[in-house]
Amino acid sequence: MSEELHDVRLVVNGTTHHTQVPARRLLSDALRHDLALTGTHVGCEHGVCGACTVLVDGKPMRSCLIFAVSAIDTEITTVEGLTEPDGSLGPVQQAFAECHGLQCGFCTPGFLTTITAGLAENPCPTHDEARDMIAGNLCRCTGYQNIVKAVERAAVLIEERTS
Amino acid sequence: MTTKLMGTAVQRVEDQRFLRGEGRYVDDIAVDGRTLHAAVLRSPHAHARIIDIDVDEVLDLDGVHAVWTYDDLTGPMAEPLPLLIPHPALTHGRTQYALARDEVNYVGEAIAFVVADDRYVAEDAVGLIKVSYEFLKPVVGIDNARAAQHLVHEDVPGNIGARLEQNVGDAPTAIAAAPHRLELDLTVERSACMPMEGRGTVARWDADINRLQVWTSTQTSTGVRAAVAVKLGLDLGQVDVITPDVGGGFGVKIVHPWPEELLVPLAARALGRTVKFTEDRREHFISSAHERGQVHHVEVGFDDDGRLCGLDVEFWHDHGAYSPYGLIVPIITSTQLLGPYKPNNYRVVFESLYTNTVMVTPYRGAGRPQGCYTMERTMDAIAAYLGKDRAEVRAVNFIQPDEFPFDQGLIFQDGRELEYDSGDYPASLEKIKALVGWDEFPAYQAEMAAVGRKVGIGLACYVEGTGVGPYEGAHVHIETSGKVKVATGLTTQGQGHATVFAQLVADELGCRFEDIEVVTGDTRRMPYAVGTFASRAAVMSGSAIHLAAKRAKEKVLRIAADALEADESDLEIIAGVVSVKGSPGSSIDLGTVAVLSNPLRYAFDEASQAATQFSVGDPGKAPVPEDEEPGLEGKDFYSPERATFASGMHAVIVETDPLTAEITILKYAVVHDCGHLINPMIVEGQIHGGVAQGIGGALYERMAYDESGQLLNASFMDFLMPYVTEVPDGIDIDHLETPSPLNPLGIKGAGEAGVIPSAAVFASAIEDAEGFPITAMPISPSELFALRQQRAEEKS
Repeated sequence: MSEELHDVRLVVNGTTHHTQVPARRLLSDALRHDLALTGTHVGCEHGVCGACTVLVDGKPMRSCLIFAVSAIDTEITTVEGLTEPDGSLGPVQQAFAECHGLQCGFCTPGFLTTITAGLAENPCPTHDEARDMIAGNLCRCTGYQNIVKAVERAAVLIEERTS
Repeated sequence: MTTKLMGTAVQRVEDQRFLRGEGRYVDDIAVDGRTLHAAVLRSPHAHARIIDIDVDEVLDLDGVHAVWTYDDLTGPMAEPLPLLIPHPALTHGRTQYALARDEVNYVGEAIAFVVADDRYVAEDAVGLIKVSYEFLKPVVGIDNARAAQHLVHEDVPGNIGARLEQNVGDAPTAIAAAPHRLELDLTVERSACMPMEGRGTVARWDADINRLQVWTSTQTSTGVRAAVAVKLGLDLGQVDVITPDVGGGFGVKIVHPWPEELLVPLAARALGRTVKFTEDRREHFISSAHERGQVHHVEVGFDDDGRLCGLDVEFWHDHGAYSPYGLIVPIITSTQLLGPYKPNNYRVVFESLYTNTVMVTPYRGAGRPQGCYTMERTMDAIAAYLGKDRAEVRAVNFIQPDEFPFDQGLIFQDGRELEYDSGDYPASLEKIKALVGWDEFPAYQAEMAAVGRKVGIGLACYVEGTGVGPYEGAHVHIETSGKVKVATGLTTQGQGHATVFAQLVADELGCRFEDIEVVTGDTRRMPYAVGTFASRAAVMSGSAIHLAAKRAKEKVLRIAADALEADESDLEIIAGVVSVKGSPGSSIDLGTVAVLSNPLRYAFDEASQAATQFSVGDPGKAPVPEDEEPGLEGKDFYSPERATFASGMHAVIVETDPLTAEITILKYAVVHDCGHLINPMIVEGQIHGGVAQGIGGALYERMAYDESGQLLNASFMDFLMPYVTEVPDGIDIDHLETPSPLNPLGIKGAGEAGVIPSAAVFASAIEDAEGFPITAMPISPSELFALRQQRAEEKS
């Protein structure tokens, strides 16, 4: 007995992909294993750690809690899509490099996407707002100190790059 | 002159790929439609005999390629997994089978292994396997293990895997004769490493060359390689183990081989296909290792100043269902418990006990947090008894700076004497007191009390044996392009090795930092290595890399001196160019030296033309001198006599809510001495992360086993790891740099420092805020609330 497959059109980082997946395939698995976009990481598969966070129409969402078939007709941004077209680091990525905001790097893609969305909504966060912005993501390496600094640094870099 | 990179906060080179989503973790390897995926049937029962396993229904499922149980295993695979670290005191060591043979001893133990087209189908198949069990009585918790009404293993009396005693002097007699005596009972619960990436293994068998490639998320690639070769009946030379990027380890990934690290390669060879296993989070909770659960009884005798006369510690260590990692954790507790103090007379005895729970192996700190907690609670109790300042009582017991090397008279985890190499504990104490505001605190506490607020301050000191042997090695290769390729065998889980090791090479060799590439944990590049644990990577591989770079430099200078017709001692290497000091025109770059180092018959590019037989060499001499080898390389190993001892002190100010008993951190301060710093940014990052893990262990995290051995909180919803909301906004850090005399760079390990004193320092601070003893950690608000009520009832 083979599973029924569904045609799925996924728009990821501006590129359209056509693939066929079973109804139960998670968006995280489709991104990673069907589209080979392995930058999105899976840390818990129950929506708590935030490592798999991607932007769905600009909003941060946990791709381990979304079926790939339900992501049709959305614009998805993964960590790979945060890099500038010329290959240089985007502002949130650059801030993480400058502030030592990562160690093992596994949770990092989820932080980068979450902060990208957070700063789009609130470009000048207060210190407390910077902490709140990352309060839904788990990191086991950094103790968050430098991630908070990276949020604040990213806000400055975005301001510099857009002005 | 070039600036030394040692001691500089160089930005990490590995971040460039991590930040772009271009890291390669094990589940990112072999992402293609042809890779097969494995899933494991795990025991739902803590203790049961397996009567029958029925896999018939699985065989009808489309997309399943293999389903194996114990009966399918043969030869070495059918034997128990290795007991990695035997010890004479481990009289009853037991390890599990790759797949359970006739009995399961914890919820999560592997029973059957399925390989299918994808993980979804593999899990469907696992769900179709029917196992019938005869239930046995589970043994859960240290009290039940000690009572031994039921046994975990029929042939292990009293559930006692090991009993080990060490004595320095005569503690019982010294305590009996001491002016003052106290007894304490102290417990610490279970927690676990919980890296964000679980375990995972990918294997590919290449039938054309009879060779196996294994990628695995491990802290020891050479260890896995040796185990896979033995278990699969392969020659070591047929097995390559490559450690890709690893999403955190913290100890759990030093254990090897995990059942899947053998079953995946076995399946890859049997099926002729690439096979992958990726552990999910629930599996990580119930089948990867835990740590920390211990119960301690302390008897201490001391004088009027609080000076120890004798210390007698008995403790019970819950090592779970199996003991593959030997006695490392309780041995570390029993020795490192002494911290920066002189006990004068010390007796320690522990029993390592079996329970029907996940096995226990080192988690960052590895027994030190429990030891530190036991010793520091004792110091606080002495201070409280004498009505003295807690810092003063500690100070009178310190080993003094002029007493190093200081032999504690015990045998450490590496089988060597516990001899501290260097340190300055009084200086650290002064720094931590200043950093946290120790002397000013009583006034602040009184001020807060006046407005109905409860605040407390805690202090905890530790010494950490880091950089244990036996050895690590390094290989430095200068290519004809001038690029420098560095390999060391131990693995990386976020410590920034690609950066710090490159700093060391740039300093020693004089090449450009950006020309260096560091590879770790790849047995093809460095087949001799031990692994990453015990805060040893910087000390061991750092020293080996420094020595290997030195050898490469010596060769560079020999060849360059010849080419430049100069004396070696007149040469310097700056930014990858060798030149005669004072005459920069007379120079040669490292790439050209590499060309000259390897006399060629065949040219393949412009640079190599210069090395062909009609271009170079004295026709009267052998092209490669008798005592040289072709190529511009340096290789060396570092193997110290014993560990080097880092130290530190933490202090915390907490506020406890008078109504809800909620515990809030107001200030956290760390003084840390790991000798010379290679990269202060990375060291501070290690401390930040350790402190956060320590906060988790002190206030939130525990493994909630019920009496039947079910882990009730096996998810991130229920096992409470700190988010940013649980860690303080800012951690004050000050460094002391007391160099180690044991290695060429004067460095000590830093990886575990942040987590060791956490339970101790929080217990101290909460006790100070509340005014009654705290003897069990972690402590939640509801537990603190219950303690208050109990206290109030006792008073009334």
